[in-house]
Amino acid sequence: MSAVEPEEHGLIRPIAAALASALGIGLIVAIFALPRPVVGLAALVAAHLEESGVRHPVTAVLLNYRGYDTLLEIAVLLLAVLGVSAFRPAGPVATYRPRPDSGPVLAALIRLIIPLIVLTAGYLLWAGAHRPGGAFQAAAVLAGGGVLLRLTGLIPSFRSPPLWLRMALFLGFDVFLIVAALPLGEGSRLLEYRAARAGIAILVVESALTLSIAAILVTLFVGAAPSRIRNKRSTESARLPQNDRAGQP
Amino acid sequence: MIGGGLIYAIAGAILFSLGLYGLVVHPHLMRKLIAFNITGSGVFLVLVGLPQRMAGTPPDRVSEALVLTGIVVAVSATAFGLALVRRFYDLTGKTRLPNDPRPEP
Repeated sequence: MSAVEPEEHGLIRPIAAALASALGIGLIVAIFALPRPVVGLAALVAAHLEESGVRHPVTAVLLNYRGYDTLLEIAVLLLAVLGVSAFRPAGPVATYRPRPDSGPVLAALIRLIIPLIVLTAGYLLWAGAHRPGGAFQAAAVLAGGGVLLRLTGLIPSFRSPPLWLRMALFLGFDVFLIVAALPLGEGSRLLEYRAARAGIAILVVESALTLSIAAILVTLFVGAAPSRIRNKRSTESARLPQNDRAGQP
Repeated sequence: MIGGGLIYAIAGAILFSLGLYGLVVHPHLMRKLIAFNITGSGVFLVLVGLPQRMAGTPPDRVSEALVLTGIVVAVSATAFGLALVRRFYDLTGKTRLPNDPRPEP
C-alpha cells in the first residue's frame, strides 16, 4: 500500500468499513446457516466426569481431558514474561515510586482489601473442583491485588525479576510438568491420571498454577509499565535511552 | 428453535468485524492493539454462544474451557505487544509503523 498517494488516504476508511461490514454480515449469515451439531462433546464430558477427579465439567476439561492445552498455555504465559523482560528499556527504570495521592485512606483501604483478595482467591481455587472457579480465576484476583500494591507503591518495581520471583514464575509450569510426567513411570501416557489420584493431582497443579499465573500477570504489568518518569519540559531528551537519572526524583 | 446463545454469537461476529475495521483504520499502534483485542473478544463470544444457538442445548464445556485458556493467552500476548510498542516508541519516538503511508497528525 506504499504506492497510495496522500490524497487517496481518505478512501481507506470507507473501503475498510465496507469490507468489514461485508465480512460481519457474511459471518452472521454463516452462523444461521450452520447445521445442527450431530455429535456434541457435552455428553462425553458428563459421562466421564466421575473419573476426572473433579465435579465441575470446565475444570475437568481444563486440567484433565484437555490438560495439554493448559500445560501449553502456562508455557505461552512464560514466553510472554520472557519477551516482556527482554524488551525492557535500556534506560533507567523507575523502581520505587509511591503515587502522590497515596493518602492514609487509600493506604488503609489497601490493607483491608488485600487480605480479602487473598481469601477470595483461596476460595475460588478450592471452589474450582465443584463449581465455577479454579486456578485462572483465583490468579486473576490475586494479580489484581498485586497491581493495586504496585500502583500504590507498596511493592517495588524491578529491572529484571529477582531470583525468588523467577522461581515463582516457573513453579506452576514445573509442577504441572512433573505431575504430568508421573504416569509415565507406571506405563501410562503423559497427563493420563489414574482416577483414584486425579483429584489430588489436579489440586496440586491448580495450587501451583494459581501462584505462578498471579506472579506472571503482575510481572507483565510491571514489565509493561513506563520505564521512568518523563520530564515534561524535555520530552525529546527523555526519549533517548542513554539519558541518565539526572533531574528525576 | 432459536436459543439464547445465538445473540452472543451474532454480537461476537459484529465485534470481530468492528475490531478488524479498527485494526486497519487506526495508525496508532496502541489503538491497533486494542482493536486486535476486540477482534479476539468477538471470537470468544462466537465460541461460547455458538454451541447454545439451539434452544435446550446444554452449554458446551469444552468450548468454555478453550475460551478460558484463550482469554489468559490473549492477556499475556497483549502485555507482550504493549512492551513491544513501548520499546518501539523508546527507540524511534514514533507510535506508528514505519511503512504506514498516512501522515503524522
